[in-house]
Amino acid sequence: MSRVAWYRVFVVGGAIALLEVLCLTGIIDKITMQAPHLIVRDLYRMLVSGRMNGAIMKTLGNTLLALGLALGVGIITGALLHRWRALRDTLDPLFATYYAVPVFAFYPFFIVVFGLGDLPQVLIAFMLGVVAVIVNTLNGLDRVPVVLLKTARIMRLSPIDTALRMTLPSAGPYLLTGVKLAVAYAFIGVIGSEFIMSRGGIGYEISFAYANFDNATMYPLIVLILLASVAINGVLSRWEQKLLARRGMR
Amino acid sequence: MTGQPPAPLHALGPLDLDIRQGEFFAVVGPSGCGKSTLLELIAGLTPATEGTIEFEGQPIAGEAPDGIGVVFQDDASLPWLNVADNVAFGLRRSSLPKDARDKRVHDVLKLVGLSDFSTSYPAQLSGGMRQRVCIARTLVMQPRLILLDEPFGALDQQTRLLMGDELLRMWRETAATVFLITHALDEATMLADRIGVMSARPGRIIDVVDTHWPRDRDSRIIEHAEFGAITARLWHTLRGESMKTIGRSLGGPENA
Repeated sequence: MSRVAWYRVFVVGGAIALLEVLCLTGIIDKITMQAPHLIVRDLYRMLVSGRMNGAIMKTLGNTLLALGLALGVGIITGALLHRWRALRDTLDPLFATYYAVPVFAFYPFFIVVFGLGDLPQVLIAFMLGVVAVIVNTLNGLDRVPVVLLKTARIMRLSPIDTALRMTLPSAGPYLLTGVKLAVAYAFIGVIGSEFIMSRGGIGYEISFAYANFDNATMYPLIVLILLASVAINGVLSRWEQKLLARRGMR
Repeated sequence: MTGQPPAPLHALGPLDLDIRQGEFFAVVGPSGCGKSTLLELIAGLTPATEGTIEFEGQPIAGEAPDGIGVVFQDDASLPWLNVADNVAFGLRRSSLPKDARDKRVHDVLKLVGLSDFSTSYPAQLSGGMRQRVCIARTLVMQPRLILLDEPFGALDQQTRLLMGDELLRMWRETAATVFLITHALDEATMLADRIGVMSARPGRIIDVVDTHWPRDRDSRIIEHAEFGAITARLWHTLRGESMKTIGRSLGGPENA
């Protein structure tokens, strides 16, 4: 491990140790927060008991669905817009200002239209992620060198081969940036919606536990979300680093 | 033949040119004269608006013909593949069994002097080595005609001379026909059997110079007394054309 990595471990470990001390000495009282080692214990018990499995599966399922939709629609839309210059020029300013819109504001409206099921939550998560995917797809496609496309023609690759073997790998690192953002947005969209109004899911359970002073449920769930998002992001970042390092772009 | 890029600009010709099988033919011309357009026409990347281009008696019509390989000026190595996979990429369409492909890749890497770098990625190589990867990827397909669009344009003078040596060696060993576009007069003189001199846009061939070099030659040919004479003749023909181009870009009287 590099020295910086050790520093990182030290900073995170130090923060947890500090929390532990503050909780054990009673500076942070029990009603506010459990000590970290108790949170870990409660998380373990919760996962073993399986009482949150339904909520976890619901949240993960909706997140995956929203992510899949954002990636599929985003990449295809990006590829089409890349070809269709006029439409792209029309939409570009909208993409640039899109993230100024608080998408959650539409949530009540979606519930009115689609009912209090999974669909409004998936829709919010999809809407949050899809434009990041489109923008990064366009960015990636813009950076495919013309000479590679000429090379594909000289090698007489079919349009599908050209897309899969030239364009996609060439734009790969940029697409991956879009994927990373879409993963984060999918989690934020689904869990955030569950917080606001829902009939289940991790976000709902956290909010429910909060309302009932149930720290033994709330903190372990927060930690679970933290671990899941950091783990997924870590894997994707590793992959991205590897691709970039190969190209001397790290 | 007459060529036009997508914008309605008269880029080329009229132009009548025969390349002999197995020869090393170079084209020099002022910048913007349509050299690259000529190469793209032959490569089948751009269709000619008038006239025909034939390769081995078959017309080329906007599609890359089999048996033609192109090395571009820009780095066309594939950064996500290592050197061996880059070279093997050219064989994707071939029906060769795997061990025969591996052998071809191995042989070509040896020919371009990259055997020790087969597992390196392009980002780890110098510009000259990356260009050799592209040359290897073209050679592995065993093209009968190799088109080179200023392949050494981005390299320094000494590297260019050495790359020229290697190019001559590969040309002898593969027996392919080579068509080289360059703006460097000395490079054309050193490498080519015949040199076509192009006019300012719309580019026409205004002179074809025969160098009469022996087939077995290398960069030391620049010591030859004839070398200066040939380069001088190229410049004699080109000077007026280059001035036209410069005059045009300066908004001079030729800007008709």
